[in-house]
Amino acid sequence: MNRIEGRVKVTGLATYAAEYPAEGVTYAYPVQSRIAKGRVKRVDSGPALEMPGVLAVLSCEDPPDLAEDADPELALFQRREVAYRGQLVAAVVADTYENARAAAAALRVDYDPDDHDVRLHPEHPGLYRPEVVNPNFPSDTGHGDVEEGLAAAATTVDVTYETPVLHNNPMEPHAALALWDAEGRLLVYDTAQGSSISRDMIAKTLDLPPDRVRVVARHVGGGFGSKGTTRPQAVLAAIAARAVGRPVKIVLTRQQMFDVTGYRTPTIQRVRLGADAEGRLTALEHVAYEQSSTLVEFAEQTATPSRVMYGTPALRTAHRLVRLDVATPSWMRAPGECPGMYALESAMDELAYAAGLDPVELRVINDPETEPDSGLPFSSRNLVGCLREGAHRFGWEHRDPEPGIRREGEWLVGTGVAASTYPARRLPCKAVATVRDGDFLVQVAAADIGTGARTALTRIAAGALGVAPERVHVELGDSDLPDAPVAGGSMGTASWGSAVVRACEELRRDGKEGRADTTEEIKGDARLARHAFGAQFAEVRVSSVTGEVRVSRLLGVFAAGHIVDAKLARSQFIGGMTMGLGMALMEETLTDEEFGGFLHRDLAQYHVPACADVPDVEAVWLDEQDGELNPMGSKGIGEIGIVGTAAAIGNAVHHATGRRIRELPITPAKILLPRF
Amino acid sequence: MKPFEYARAGSPAEAVRDFAPGTMYLGGGTNLVDLMRLGVAEPERLLDVSRLPLDAIEPVGDRVRVGATVRNTDLAADPLVRSRYPMLARAVLTGASGQVRNVATVGGNLLQRTRCAYFQDVTRPCNKRRPGSGCPAIAGDHGNLAVLGTSGSCVATHPSDMAVALAALEAEVHVTGPGGDRIIPIPGLHRLPGEEPERDTVLAPGDLITAVELPPPPPGASVYRKVRERASFAFALVSIAAVLDVGSDGVVTGCRIALGGVAHAPWRAERAERAIIGGPATGEAFLQAAEAELEQAHPLPRNAFKVPLARNLIVSTLEELAS
Amino acid sequence: MEITLQVNGVSRTVDVDPRMSLLDLLRERLGLIGAKKGCDHGQCGACTVLIDGRRANSCLALAVAVDGSEVTTVEGLARGEDLHPLQAAFIEHDAFQCGYCTPGQLCSAAGMLGEPGPSAVTEDILVDPDLTPEEIRERMSGNLCRCGAYVNIVGAIGEVAR
Repeated sequence: MNRIEGRVKVTGLATYAAEYPAEGVTYAYPVQSRIAKGRVKRVDSGPALEMPGVLAVLSCEDPPDLAEDADPELALFQRREVAYRGQLVAAVVADTYENARAAAAALRVDYDPDDHDVRLHPEHPGLYRPEVVNPNFPSDTGHGDVEEGLAAAATTVDVTYETPVLHNNPMEPHAALALWDAEGRLLVYDTAQGSSISRDMIAKTLDLPPDRVRVVARHVGGGFGSKGTTRPQAVLAAIAARAVGRPVKIVLTRQQMFDVTGYRTPTIQRVRLGADAEGRLTALEHVAYEQSSTLVEFAEQTATPSRVMYGTPALRTAHRLVRLDVATPSWMRAPGECPGMYALESAMDELAYAAGLDPVELRVINDPETEPDSGLPFSSRNLVGCLREGAHRFGWEHRDPEPGIRREGEWLVGTGVAASTYPARRLPCKAVATVRDGDFLVQVAAADIGTGARTALTRIAAGALGVAPERVHVELGDSDLPDAPVAGGSMGTASWGSAVVRACEELRRDGKEGRADTTEEIKGDARLARHAFGAQFAEVRVSSVTGEVRVSRLLGVFAAGHIVDAKLARSQFIGGMTMGLGMALMEETLTDEEFGGFLHRDLAQYHVPACADVPDVEAVWLDEQDGELNPMGSKGIGEIGIVGTAAAIGNAVHHATGRRIRELPITPAKILLPRF
Repeated sequence: MKPFEYARAGSPAEAVRDFAPGTMYLGGGTNLVDLMRLGVAEPERLLDVSRLPLDAIEPVGDRVRVGATVRNTDLAADPLVRSRYPMLARAVLTGASGQVRNVATVGGNLLQRTRCAYFQDVTRPCNKRRPGSGCPAIAGDHGNLAVLGTSGSCVATHPSDMAVALAALEAEVHVTGPGGDRIIPIPGLHRLPGEEPERDTVLAPGDLITAVELPPPPPGASVYRKVRERASFAFALVSIAAVLDVGSDGVVTGCRIALGGVAHAPWRAERAERAIIGGPATGEAFLQAAEAELEQAHPLPRNAFKVPLARNLIVSTLEELAS
Repeated sequence: MEITLQVNGVSRTVDVDPRMSLLDLLRERLGLIGAKKGCDHGQCGACTVLIDGRRANSCLALAVAVDGSEVTTVEGLARGEDLHPLQAAFIEHDAFQCGYCTPGQLCSAAGMLGEPGPSAVTEDILVDPDLTPEEIRERMSGNLCRCGAYVNIVGAIGEVAR
């Protein structure tokens, strides 16, 4: 169905965080560290305070009152130590945005710099095995003997792939508007993927009881993980508003977003595969090298999809992390699966070529009965169905596997395939359903960051109540509503929907009100492997003159349980695939080894796909019945679309050119020169 | 942004008269406002010249005169320009976005500044922005910077597409300024960095571009092609504006090649042109000429791909024009 | 400085700081939040409005420099309760997800439909081409959509262009 908030979005009336009117609002503008490591020696706020309109300067010279155990990325101006270039070291509050920004530019900060280290490489002496990887998986797992499996193999591949620093870059910059009332209660309009979690994090940082903080995020302009955890702007707005006694608004610049709102760690991934003469895997090893900051350990679960995908007698997955003088990486759409499946699915293509097998058939042959790492049965698994359906729709049977032989003028044409996977989980959630004016009001602190949550939950509630969707009104995006988990991990609809269904069921019994809390229900879920699967097919054209790569066709076939709403689901799938196209061909943030921090901190230098890059993207799905998931029978679909896209495109580039580019993005530079 | 005064100029003469140190002319603002927000440009006074009556495109004898405040969109949509200088229309249309082209002026397009990441970031050194502070791009990020005509002080590129076509067309820039009126040919407007990378052009303070004059189009077929990894709304990795005229005997009688994305200025490949004119219009001849041109290149590790890219582009483009 | 603009048909006279962009004027002073700030450097198109009928990045326009202009924002596209055909088509085609780029996409599309002439992908530069999907994609490339709704955006605009 059409989005419920469609009309307010197309008429410009949808209100995002920085857009709420506030009497007497003032503006904060942050100052960022110019060194990558060391100490702030002195912040001279005198001249800035003399500038027009300036109300306050915040810095470590007078540390704001925050909780001692605040998250180090949120503990603003508490310490003099600098952990990375771009870290917030001060802020100016003024009556207008122009005055705040001008004073921030003029603020003088002196440093004692130390030597920094910002380069991830696989021989880094600081590499170690983290205890767990995001969110709570073991770092290393395995069974069988990989070396033995490789030795016994008829065909092996041993390949290393690299992915760069990637940035979420939602279109709406991270923003917050903070207001304190006379009783010391704090209201923050925040760009949050979860208002409950944002309230809790802000309260914890400010050392306030959660019931004294309210977070409102009715419309969020994309997040892709970067707004899943509270970001400094929310804390800064709150402490600045406390300092000046007026509402404070802060909108990070696009450049600042690159520094303080998270990013996907660069990865170096070594994949070793062995297969017998029939193509059955004899060994699979996947080792990922990654970075985190010195402030917080964030270890992306990059090798975990190899625990799910293919059956093998010998399996080893491992993560190695190094702590550098960089900002803390965080969630970006399908953390783990997205970069990990790029490597695994590229390596599978290489294995197919080495073994003389069709890449689709190789995957079919190795489809496991149970989850390879855990041995758990799958609640449902339809990877083979996706591959078959996709191959049929894409015309795969007509494909000549020979690389580098199809030419249209200067353009070399090739096709490639890769699999997709993403976990199907849910978290405890509360919801309330009541009768209002003869219609139904459903309340849950869910977030609609563009996923269509408001619309999907309306459909789910209408279904549970047995009424038309027009009679259901869903309220979300406010921490005063019943507690709900974050819009992340493709868990939103499953988690919120479960609670909404239970609340609606209760309402039908009660006649007036239904309240639900799914904590107990979820504890009772059977131990099963729950994942969505998919297959992506790409056709590319590579210029033999310029090395330009253009994607001419992209098809995704997904098996993700019951699809709650076809229109919204298709948008989610093709949106993820479009972002995957960007990852394959253009997205990359450079790390500045000389000065620290990032280069290419804007949208002219960090290229995301433009309209002209995206000619024909198609997404379809198999009808999948799975009663082991949640009341809707749904699997999350926000992330799987980006999983596998880059591998499918890279595999197509190989088919077109005969060349394997093992470092993303696949740019003209790498096509034209083997090692640029 | 530092506070500044804003005023509108009533005429070119008034603009020049009112120009003082600290003043900058404001055209469409698509680059200057961007640079002011970054703190790269810090004018004390903006003199808005975007509404000067210099917005006509008109034939002058066998030439065409394009006023300096003509917007990029209008230049590319003009019937006279499309029919007589299709290469120029194409070059303009590959630049920026529809929104930017609607606002950006011809004069401003010529004077836009490099998009080198260090130049745009006031917290890092840059010889062009702060003379003598150093060029970290040479050891750092130079993936889309220059390979030709560079110096040890600067490896920036000029980002304009339009200027590349104008260089191939040998357009002339009409300038008025404190020193009077002048005509400056393109190429010739933009400098190579040498030891003064802070100077993009030969213009003096207070000089105001009033028009670009296009000479009669050279005989032969012409084309503009731009290479970039994003299919649109991206600066060139390398671009080419080329004109080729081949006699009935298969001998090249005219050839002009201008490259974008490779130098601090639109780069006329004069060596290649000289090698090609008078010779056969064959791929082999074009390849030799391209290689002769690119012998002068000083690629750095991360932009070395631009040398084979420029070579391929020259050969492929000329082959296409010859056929 | 005091300036006067016609904003969505209404004359607005305001005293502005010369540093203020048209975008910030609309959002922070005139209460028109439709135009969005995505990059503040003309690199994303979220701030696109029509200035004297032509689409432009309002972040790159100094408010003082557009004194005397007519400005149309997304709030001014509909006629009362009747959505502009582009707005209706965007809803029907699900041409947005988070909605943050949407006002810019709509204003850009509205401006684009009134821009004759060739584009970078037009085969014959002498001919004003039909708005094929390829033409729409090229002409709309100044408006980034990170949610990846391009396929639906092109479908929505294509329907209106016909």
